[in-house]
Amino acid sequence: MVPDQNEFFMDPNRCIGCQACVQACSECETHKGYSMIHLDYVDRAHSVQTAPVVCLHCDSPTCAEVCPADAIKKTADGVVQTALKPRCIACNNCVLACPFGVPKMKTDFKLMMKCDMCYDRTSEGLKPMCATVCPSQALFFGTREEIEFLRPRSVATNQFRFGEQTITTKVNMMLPKSGKAEYVDVTAAMSQRGSGKTISLNILDGMYEGEQNQ
Amino acid sequence: MIRREREELTIPPDGRSFEEQPKWRQDFPIDWPQADYLSRRDFTKFMVLISLAFTAGQFWIIVRNFLRKRRGEAPIQAIATIDQLPIGGSLAFIYPEAHDTCLLVRTAEKTFVAYSQKCTHLSCAVVPQPDKNRFYCPCHEGSFDLATGATIAGPPQRPLPRINLEVRGDRIYATSVEVKTI
Repeated sequence: MVPDQNEFFMDPNRCIGCQACVQACSECETHKGYSMIHLDYVDRAHSVQTAPVVCLHCDSPTCAEVCPADAIKKTADGVVQTALKPRCIACNNCVLACPFGVPKMKTDFKLMMKCDMCYDRTSEGLKPMCATVCPSQALFFGTREEIEFLRPRSVATNQFRFGEQTITTKVNMMLPKSGKAEYVDVTAAMSQRGSGKTISLNILDGMYEGEQNQ
Repeated sequence: MIRREREELTIPPDGRSFEEQPKWRQDFPIDWPQADYLSRRDFTKFMVLISLAFTAGQFWIIVRNFLRKRRGEAPIQAIATIDQLPIGGSLAFIYPEAHDTCLLVRTAEKTFVAYSQKCTHLSCAVVPQPDKNRFYCPCHEGSFDLATGATIAGPPQRPLPRINLEVRGDRIYATSVEVKTI
């Protein structure tokens, strides 16, 4: 049982794309060599911004709702587990249905595997692998008091809005306090253009000209 | 966070309570504790139904035993005269019921053997081959010993049912069927 006071906080703003969480995840004994975390490049052509995606453990898990084999189960503390091996038929329904793109289909094992918040560790009171190694603490596992003290300018939310549907999750996402948003509007964010400044790196320009002159 | 009741942890997409959900959702809950939960009523129902099935099975066995005793032995039936068969010759006859074809083979001057013609594998008709000392089933190349009916080769596991014979004067009578499992 994961202690009630321990919660997962995800802050993509702080992610530096170091891949430490991916490596740590694949070190886990329960799925050695296979990382269950997704490290997404937000807009790779124009930005170095990355965002780690762990399973958000929805209150109403869509992956489990769509499973035709009744293979995806949620523990009493709200952690959605990897599909049960004797039941999973590797149909990919959960992979297609998950709004966050979390489940991974391992065709080698004919099994859907997903982030289970390191249930073997968190149920013993330890932190998940990714949260222990994250150098910028973009992935944070601890109490609400700790995160409020460490991130005075952010506020945690666990509401995600997809069109008309709101999804409530166990994992929290950190939002800027100034935004005053109660939920993350995912569909609206998908069509949003990046507001960051365009930076061009021109360090190689001179080198090229020098070659031309010779 | 106050932990919610076991029945209410997963919120269904329509947001209604667990009792209002369709039967399939109650039967296949997403929550692990709820999926593992077995109520005392369900357990008792299961036990009662299983014991009922066992009791009914006992009665079924009693009824079948009674019917088998009532049916009794197959009647003695004349099948051929000795002169009808040369040594090494065979004759098909029907015994004891209308669809039970059997084979009578004369193996020596005074030796007759008779077996059911149905192969014990998949009930194909076996062919007597007295020169090779066997019954041969062409379907899956099964072979039975001519003298005992035991299996020699191929897929059949049980020997051919033997028809017990009796020679009275110059007539051969089938007296009973002997079904063996080994």
